[in-house]
Amino acid sequence: MAARRSRLASVGLHAALVGASVIAVFPVFWVLVTSFKPDARAVETTPRLLNESSLDNYARVLAGEKGDFLAWFGNSVLIALGTTALAVFLSATAGYAASRFRFPGRRPLLLSFLLVQMFPFAVLIVPLYNVLLALGLQGTGFGLVLVYCTTAVPFCAFMLKGYFDTIPADIDEAGRVDGLSPFGVFWRLVLPLARPGLAVTAFYAFLTAWGEVAFASAFLSAADGSKTLAVGLQVFVQQNRTEWGHLAAASVLVAVPAVAAFYPVQRYLVAGLPSGAVKG
Amino acid sequence: MAEVAYDKASRIFSGNPPVRAVDELSLDVADGEFLVLVGPSGSGKSTALRMLAGLEDVDEGAIKIGGKDVTNVPPKGRDIAMVFQSYALYPHMTVAENMGFALKLRGVAKGEIKAKVAEAAKMLDLTKYLDRKPKALSGGQRQRVAMGRAIVREPAVFLMDEPLSNLDAKLRVETRANIAALQQRLGTTTIYVTHDQVEAMTMGHRVAVLKDGLLQQCDTPRALYDKPGNAFVAGFMGSPAMNLKTVPLTAEGAKLDGLVVPLERRALDRAGADGLSEVTFGVRPESLALVGSSSVGMEMVVELVEELGADALVHGAVRIGGAAERFVVRVDGRTPPGLGQTVKVAVRDAGEVHLFHPESGVRLSS
Repeated sequence: MAARRSRLASVGLHAALVGASVIAVFPVFWVLVTSFKPDARAVETTPRLLNESSLDNYARVLAGEKGDFLAWFGNSVLIALGTTALAVFLSATAGYAASRFRFPGRRPLLLSFLLVQMFPFAVLIVPLYNVLLALGLQGTGFGLVLVYCTTAVPFCAFMLKGYFDTIPADIDEAGRVDGLSPFGVFWRLVLPLARPGLAVTAFYAFLTAWGEVAFASAFLSAADGSKTLAVGLQVFVQQNRTEWGHLAAASVLVAVPAVAAFYPVQRYLVAGLPSGAVKG
Repeated sequence: MAEVAYDKASRIFSGNPPVRAVDELSLDVADGEFLVLVGPSGSGKSTALRMLAGLEDVDEGAIKIGGKDVTNVPPKGRDIAMVFQSYALYPHMTVAENMGFALKLRGVAKGEIKAKVAEAAKMLDLTKYLDRKPKALSGGQRQRVAMGRAIVREPAVFLMDEPLSNLDAKLRVETRANIAALQQRLGTTTIYVTHDQVEAMTMGHRVAVLKDGLLQQCDTPRALYDKPGNAFVAGFMGSPAMNLKTVPLTAEGAKLDGLVVPLERRALDRAGADGLSEVTFGVRPESLALVGSSSVGMEMVVELVEELGADALVHGAVRIGGAAERFVVRVDGRTPPGLGQTVKVAVRDAGEVHLFHPESGVRLSS
């Protein structure tokens, strides 16, 4: 018989896994619990699961009592989808070029993809602000999409380059002999084969834009109607008082689309991240 | 269908110094001919094929297909189909889609594609698998799909880059015969690259031997085997390889241990004209024979006997000029000598001896 785990090892293993799961899941769970409580009951000396819980917080957040939540939501969706589309397109073409073609400056380009990851975002705010101002894009959603692409594209291009490397170049050549143009090879053979890699990059780009606060608050106009969700959430946190119930409810509403975007991608994430990212 | 011509075509890879992967290759392939490019790895045979496919640049010279200069034409404009060593099937398409892809790109009507794919599938025994994806096929089936993809196109030229090297030995022999028969039937000009000289001998109407990017010889398999143009071709074609030894030359012939092999006048004259005291002496294993101990011959100590069934290969050492030289002799499989035994070996027929220049390797005998 094959060697089996001893009972003790089994118990230990499961205990560790349960512990890790609780650490990961509990904060999210508590946000959910808090989101149903009134602000006054949100922080208690003896925490309880239910205490005057209701859907009031959700109703108020959605009704826009503190700010136009639905407008923020719309802005976030537009900006995140815009970032995703632009970043995936740019990084797929750049990654393919880096994977298949030998051109002067190829190595420096790949190195720079990595190098830009090392700058803290805060350092970039002022220069990017100036650039946007010069371009006349300051305060616009499109400007913010471009800013997010500056961080998402290098990483995504590097990851996709690694993914494209795993697709044999013979397939490209077979396609060219069969009658495809170089762009046809990319569009009809390489992109369909790279779907898992594209899904992972798309997800990364989406998240980059969806939860970001610093750039969004610096580059969008201060008008309530032009905020994104992540920026808008700050209205629940005031100098002396935090509306925990409302904040939690809004957070849950923010998380839902991210989870929805994550769900179709998660099966690729497991397979895609290692195969795409490690081989570079 | 078309003839193919390489006109002093070269491919130079940059580097220090630059490598001439294919060096001024000139080769004419007739319409309907099956030409095999053979050579050791790094000989430039695959590069030469890829130049014809348009996957590799032609740095000097020109390439023509059907009389038309295609040197700077992209692959899609060359009317060729290629079978890759890795097969390079499209993993996201079914067998039928793989085979019909090129036709689809040309805007051929769906019904016509379907009919052509069905016809090719029938020819290759793939009808049952048309709806499968490549990953659900065995190696041999994938190989046939790759062939099918080329056939469906009805191209002017088939290019095959070691299409059998990923198959197991038995399947390889079978497929080898199938490809040759298929080519015969379709009558399409075919350029076939292999490193396996048995494939080259059995499949090609003509065989071109390459080494270091240079064409060594191009002729029918029989001619290559019987009259190799230089020592490299002599050693490369034939399995087991020809015995090639540098031996001293005397007035009567080549001196091997206790045996002086008489040489033809022409070869001796040529060697004499070059002032050679030594020649490269080549004799195939089947041109040597074991003789009785009283006959004239060279003494060989048997070191290894490989029994192949019908015959056996006897490897042994012969002393030539003080150094032990290895020889291989093909003998009757039923009565091979024992290990360690000393046997006498003689050349069956002096006409089966090949002589080459010891430095340049050029053939001296006629």
